[in-house]
Amino acid sequence: METLMAVIIGILFSIGAYLILSKSLLRIILGSSVIAHGTHLLIITMGGLKTGGPPILGGRADSYTDPLPQALILTAIVINFALTAFLLVLAYRSYAKLGTDNMDQLRGINDE
Amino acid sequence: MMNNLVVLPLLIPLLAGLIMAMFRKNIPFHRWFSLFSFSLTFAVSLYLIHQVSIGGIQILELGGWPAPFGIVLVVDMLSALLLTTTSFVGIACILFAFKSIGEEREQFYFYPLFQFLITGVNGSFLTGDLFNLFVCFEVMLISSYVLLSLGGTRIQFRETIKYVVINSLSSTLFLVAVAYLYASVGTLNIAHLSIRVAEAGQTGFMTTIAILFLTVFSLKAALFLFFWLPGSYSAAPTAIAAVFGALLTKVGIYAIFRMFYLVFYHQPEITHALMGVMAALTMLLGGIGAVAHWDIRNILAYNVIIGVGFIVSGLAVFTYVALIGVIYYIIHDMVMKALLFLLGGTMIRIVGTSKLKEMSGLIRNHPLLGWLFFIAAFSLAGVPPLSGFIGKILIIQEGLAKGAANAGFYWLAAIGLLSSLMIIYSLMKIFINGFWGETFLTRNMEKGSTKGLLLPCVLLTTVGILWGVGAEIFYPVIEQAAKSMLNPNFYIEAVLREVV
Repeated sequence: METLMAVIIGILFSIGAYLILSKSLLRIILGSSVIAHGTHLLIITMGGLKTGGPPILGGRADSYTDPLPQALILTAIVINFALTAFLLVLAYRSYAKLGTDNMDQLRGINDE
Repeated sequence: MMNNLVVLPLLIPLLAGLIMAMFRKNIPFHRWFSLFSFSLTFAVSLYLIHQVSIGGIQILELGGWPAPFGIVLVVDMLSALLLTTTSFVGIACILFAFKSIGEEREQFYFYPLFQFLITGVNGSFLTGDLFNLFVCFEVMLISSYVLLSLGGTRIQFRETIKYVVINSLSSTLFLVAVAYLYASVGTLNIAHLSIRVAEAGQTGFMTTIAILFLTVFSLKAALFLFFWLPGSYSAAPTAIAAVFGALLTKVGIYAIFRMFYLVFYHQPEITHALMGVMAALTMLLGGIGAVAHWDIRNILAYNVIIGVGFIVSGLAVFTYVALIGVIYYIIHDMVMKALLFLLGGTMIRIVGTSKLKEMSGLIRNHPLLGWLFFIAAFSLAGVPPLSGFIGKILIIQEGLAKGAANAGFYWLAAIGLLSSLMIIYSLMKIFINGFWGETFLTRNMEKGSTKGLLLPCVLLTTVGILWGVGAEIFYPVIEQAAKSMLNPNFYIEAVLREVV
């Protein structure tokens, strides 16, 4: 299971890196979002994957899942959600103002 | 020692920001309430310094959960000093913003956002938990994104996009590093991490994780990976640029400080040497940038980079005396960078352009501004008895002393000295072009007035001079901060409440 997860995380990271390196602003935002998802999967995998174990350490359970990574990714997902929403609004507003979403034209050589 | 006061520097700005956000239209209330909030934070931080100097490190276990399980807030002397400086710089920048930020920005939550920014900064200084540090970073960064884009001019949008993308990417890397660290040692409490890493031994794998952390924090602190900084800091309005230049990079440096003095201190020949190389390159490249540009905003932004490089070079030297120098210097740098940005902003406001070649002879009508700039420039270059001197001499002296064992440190010290020269050259360029020469502008031709703008500058200068002249008075406090940074056991004992 961990091996499969590692491969998936790797694929997500490479897709994200590819998207971030492109010129269109929307693709860059999607890319950073995909990378963030890869990170969340990484955190939950790093906590150890166990099927069926409750996240409670009690007398009866044979195995238990580490609850901490779950709490961590919950926080990370919320933060990333807010960040992506902000970035999308920013991209929309700057497209309206600057008239382009091509990063090549956003270099900013002394034009103002 | 448990102490409920510890949470206040986090709580006061947060609550103040929330209350202000409810009364959007009432600008005078926003102004005076934010001033009140920072003054209160300042008073609390001073009291915390007093308590730490008497009773040692103060902690607060949030929700009553004991240390490795719950989140702890920790105030040692370094945090207390940085908290105090932060709220002081906050007061100065808010005073400057009163007259300069403009009604439009004020109506769109400028003051509440400023409060949230300081919440994030204070939280990063306070927290004793690595994941909580990430959250505080995000609070700080998200407020900074909004502050940077607030106003919506073309240049702001263009630079904010780059700033947001690079920072969200580095936050992602931060999480990756946290995940690896959690997988290998199974804890995220900084004190507990310190014990576990020491027990397990800092193997090659650990050092790799440490370098990942160094990369992340360097992106935030503009250490070597500073390519995003000049553009975004010069796009912001003065009051915002001042607080960014003074505080945001220092938070990154503080994180490097914590991680590489408390947790990953077992292999300084790799991690700290890497820091030294990065610091040297940062000083050189930042210096070249500062010397080359002819635009006030750009010169000041590159000066921030040189400052970061110099502080980290002190961290890389990794001795007790150098550490004292670093603590002197980091506080000097916070105050002086804020001052420099405010003074530069005032000049730009008077002339109406930031291009040096289009200004001249300001000293005739604005003697106070000119002299304040002169003091700031000399202070940053490290001329005694001003505040930059003591930090610089300690760091360079230790670098030279260590150079006998490892010639690399000679280079570091030499580049440190060279960087001072570049600072004074770049700032004197502003001084000569801006203040000397023929006075083109008569008083009624000026684009903006300096009314009320010089008060925060005078405040900052006074504190800067006091910090330099009164260095001896502050020495016991600094000494305590350095001792507790160099002995991780103090921190561990205070947080985990057990004798190691």
